[in-house]
Amino acid sequence: MNPDLPARELVIQAIYLVSSVCFILGLRGLSGPEKARGGMALAAVGMLLAVVGTLLHADIVRYDWILAGLLIGSFIGVVIGRPLFISVPMTAMPQWVALSHAAGAVAATLVGMNEYLHLGTAASPGTMASLGFEVLLGTLTVTGSVMAFGKLQEILPGRPVTWPLQNILNLLLAAVALVLLVMAAVNPSLSWAFWTMAILGGALGILMVLPIGGADMPVVISLLNAYAGLSASAMGFALDNNLLIIVGALDGTSGLLLSILMCKAMNRSFANVLFGAFGAVGGGKSAAIASGVEMKEISPEDAAVRLAYAGLVVVVPGYGLAVAQAQHALRELTEGLEKRGVEVKYAIHPVAGRMPGHMNVLLAEANVPYDRLFDMEEVNGDFERADVALVIGANDVVNPAARKDPASPIYGMPILDVDKARMVIVMKRGRGAGFAGIENELFVDPRTAMLFGDAKASLSRLVTELKTV
Amino acid sequence: MNLTIVIQIYVFVLAGVVGYQVISRVPPLLHTPLMSAANAITGISLVGSLVAAGSDHGSLSNLLGFIAVICATVNVVGGFLITDRMLKMFRRDTRPRQ
Repeated sequence: MNPDLPARELVIQAIYLVSSVCFILGLRGLSGPEKARGGMALAAVGMLLAVVGTLLHADIVRYDWILAGLLIGSFIGVVIGRPLFISVPMTAMPQWVALSHAAGAVAATLVGMNEYLHLGTAASPGTMASLGFEVLLGTLTVTGSVMAFGKLQEILPGRPVTWPLQNILNLLLAAVALVLLVMAAVNPSLSWAFWTMAILGGALGILMVLPIGGADMPVVISLLNAYAGLSASAMGFALDNNLLIIVGALDGTSGLLLSILMCKAMNRSFANVLFGAFGAVGGGKSAAIASGVEMKEISPEDAAVRLAYAGLVVVVPGYGLAVAQAQHALRELTEGLEKRGVEVKYAIHPVAGRMPGHMNVLLAEANVPYDRLFDMEEVNGDFERADVALVIGANDVVNPAARKDPASPIYGMPILDVDKARMVIVMKRGRGAGFAGIENELFVDPRTAMLFGDAKASLSRLVTELKTV
Repeated sequence: MNLTIVIQIYVFVLAGVVGYQVISRVPPLLHTPLMSAANAITGISLVGSLVAAGSDHGSLSNLLGFIAVICATVNVVGGFLITDRMLKMFRRDTRPRQ
């Protein structure tokens, strides 16, 4: 290291170091709900320090653009964004997070492009490679996130869009983009290679997200998060900035780890999610259903009685619950049961919702205390002693075919063992198949009773009935 | 390859390992806030944006930097606000257990 580092640079590096520690400890706070808010406050301090340290940078000679940018950005974030963040329902969170990804990635992309314009042919191959990755991952994240936003917000068709040779075409495109990146790195004067690569990155983002269905969105959003982080890291390599490298790497691991967890929870590989176009699969019919076994119906009155006299009720909420906006009605029901001395547990499958852990936030929003929420591994052993398993708007995550039927598209996916409960009540809108179009033999099990109707209306009915039991 | 790049790779890999250790301890209960938090701190690209906006490399550079500062600031402010809103909702049971 240069022993004659100017004092100003030393101060900046010291501030960056403290900032990095703040970010790491801040994320560490997320290991429990009690410390999480404090942790995020610490991370915010880290961000503030990062800005303060950067403002001392020797290259910064004018503050007018910076000040204007910070003010406008904060204005958009706080004044226009704040009411949005306060009133937007938690079901819509995934698309807003996606849009926020896009904003961050636009910044990374522009900085990379600007640096290339500024350095031109003077850039070293190492710097050019970093800038290439920064811009390629940046444009990919921008368009991919906007696409994900469009799909989740239902501006674009949520169903997978597919066409022949799609995967081969995408891979080819990615390969060409990488070749261009190498070309620009070896010879920085090939500016056409650099800009074509940037455009291909944007095209890839669109083409990658188009074939992905709603249920696979958690993986895609996590992956885009990882790309945005890696793009920031690449910026750190290009600008010689360790803080960017560290924080980008933290983001990258967070995104990668979450996408791997999501893939595991669906028993599918990365490649399968990205290239499989899962939602388009027709789904095979299982033998039990093909033989014409009937579903057994239960009336709300009877269901209320069964619930009221149970010792332990395990509730399995699926995304259908959130679609019906029935979380509050469900919380009322479980509170009523707890007042009668019934023990209630919520069983949360990792892929319930449209982003990792989404169902937990949706229930927390409805004032369900978090000590009632249990992960799949924690709760699966409890189904054997449960008197009633109440399944609401969930289908694939409770489908026993995942355990027994190798022909099923969801075979091997870890599921909630509701079929081990003494009785299962399934609340379902109609008699049709689930989201992935897969039949569920749980619904025709002799121990299962079906309560048809809109989840919100049925739950409110149960609350009323419970009072008369 | 010079020493700076070697040190940068060290920093990158070590930060990744620390990230793995820290993030694998986050319970599934908080995975959505985690994602939102990670999103907020992606706004660290603000650091590069500030330098671009404040440098004397010409007005195109300033303009690109200016737009980048706006976008990154929206990302940071929005990200932290959303995360805090979510985390505020996680409550322990305050009613007495029967």
